[in-house]
Amino acid sequence: MTLDIRDVQKWFGSQHVLRGVDLTVSSGEFVSLIGHSGCGKSTLLNVVGGLVRPDAGQALLDGEQVTGPGPDRAMVFQSYSLLPRLSLEANVREAVRAARRDRPKSWGDEMTERYLTAVGLWEHRHKRPHQVSGGMAQRAAVARAFAVGPRILLLDEPFGALDALTRARLQAQLVELWGSESDTETVLMVTHGIDEAILLADRVVVMANPPFDSIRTILDVPIPRPRDRAAVGSHPAFAKVQEELLSILAEDQLLAA
Amino acid sequence: MTATVQPETIAPPAPPPAPTAPARAGRLLPAVSAAGWAVLGTAVLVALWALAATRTPDLPTPSESFTALKDLLRHPFADTPATGRGVGLQMLSSLGRVFKGFALAALVGVPAGLAMGANRRVWKAVNPIVQLLRPVSPLAWYPIWLAIMDSGPKASVWVIFITALWLVMINTAAGASQIPHEQLDVSRVFRFGRAAYVRHVLIPNALPSIVTGLRSAMGIAWMVIVAVEMMSGSSGIGFFVWDTYNAGRIDNVIAAIVLIGMVGLVLDALFLRLARRVKLEVTR
Repeated sequence: MTLDIRDVQKWFGSQHVLRGVDLTVSSGEFVSLIGHSGCGKSTLLNVVGGLVRPDAGQALLDGEQVTGPGPDRAMVFQSYSLLPRLSLEANVREAVRAARRDRPKSWGDEMTERYLTAVGLWEHRHKRPHQVSGGMAQRAAVARAFAVGPRILLLDEPFGALDALTRARLQAQLVELWGSESDTETVLMVTHGIDEAILLADRVVVMANPPFDSIRTILDVPIPRPRDRAAVGSHPAFAKVQEELLSILAEDQLLAA
Repeated sequence: MTATVQPETIAPPAPPPAPTAPARAGRLLPAVSAAGWAVLGTAVLVALWALAATRTPDLPTPSESFTALKDLLRHPFADTPATGRGVGLQMLSSLGRVFKGFALAALVGVPAGLAMGANRRVWKAVNPIVQLLRPVSPLAWYPIWLAIMDSGPKASVWVIFITALWLVMINTAAGASQIPHEQLDVSRVFRFGRAAYVRHVLIPNALPSIVTGLRSAMGIAWMVIVAVEMMSGSSGIGFFVWDTYNAGRIDNVIAAIVLIGMVGLVLDALFLRLARRVKLEVTR
């Protein structure tokens, strides 16, 4: 599924957050959005998700304009956003049933079991969100997103609140789910982490505050997949992209301050 | 959200911080100490009362009142022409009316409050009415209900309904209007239908404040029933109080006050337990 963002504008009050954003993401791509706070990366993600309506311009999915949330897209939020009174299983199951009313219940149950198993939570399925760790809660949120069978996955700083070890495990799990068994072709991920952006993405979109354009630049990450976490750091492209990102972000910080 | 719609809590005032006991004193000590202070407080009150009774001929002494209480509790559920209906039976009549009015108020107030909290327009339409009627003593409604129902006891049930209704509505609405943003996003992204939204997002989030409303409403309803029954005058603990006053038995009035307080305490404790059960776990 191809995502086409065309000249999207968004104001919040007097703040011109998205200043004419153009971006095309083709099917099968993993794209990271990176930038300082307030640069509009989450807003852009929400426009694609259908949660925020742009003031001008549009987001197109295979040529169809986004007017609201849809079953072809699913999101993972930074704050996990599981419903607190439902078990992990019910959180996934109810989301699948609601999002995919076109499918029978048995399909929803099957997807729930498949993805909770895939993230290693099937035996913890009866626990409620407050009874599990942050990492487990976020795995459930990832399972929930994949279980609705979206063609595009939208991730809003999904691993930001996790410790480094848990984050690494979840990143690997995410890539595996995306790469193998799921219907999900395309991933758009907002992140604060430079290394995370490079490790996971085919392209890194750098967003910026004024006076720059919303999209400052787009960097390719020419590292072949599957990427081994330990080896990827020594790939020459990794250091090059990392250095470029650091210098751009530092400059943005300086000018914005 | 205006300041007037904050959930109201009618909670007992928090006890002053307990003095830190030495660690070796064990666990029993705080309980013993609390009981000790309670006994002391009661003793002081009873002493002041006894003192006042010596100077006020119409005020029964503590011991007279205690005797009256024992007598009332000897056959609380008796109903003979000689003794009249026992105090327990009267209490049951009042409890029955309170529960009926209260249940009706919950039945109407919870859905109405949910609608108010979930929908801005309903809120705007209903909130002014509630705010206007809420400060009115529910007793003012008694003549209206009496005219409609043509029966004192039935009218009292409907007065209790009015008593509980506003508190239940306002508290429910306050809870229902404060859905965490991330849960709203989830319900939108996964396209929850109305039923799933009400069941999995709206009610779970509103539940603690619904119970707070029910608890406040029950407390006030138990106060109001005594006053209504003094007017409706046929049965119930309020009628009992008024009737014994007319018979010149102030000692029975005092005994009844103690009993009313105890029943109220039990009712509140039940709702407090419910409130603890539905308390939202801290989620990250």
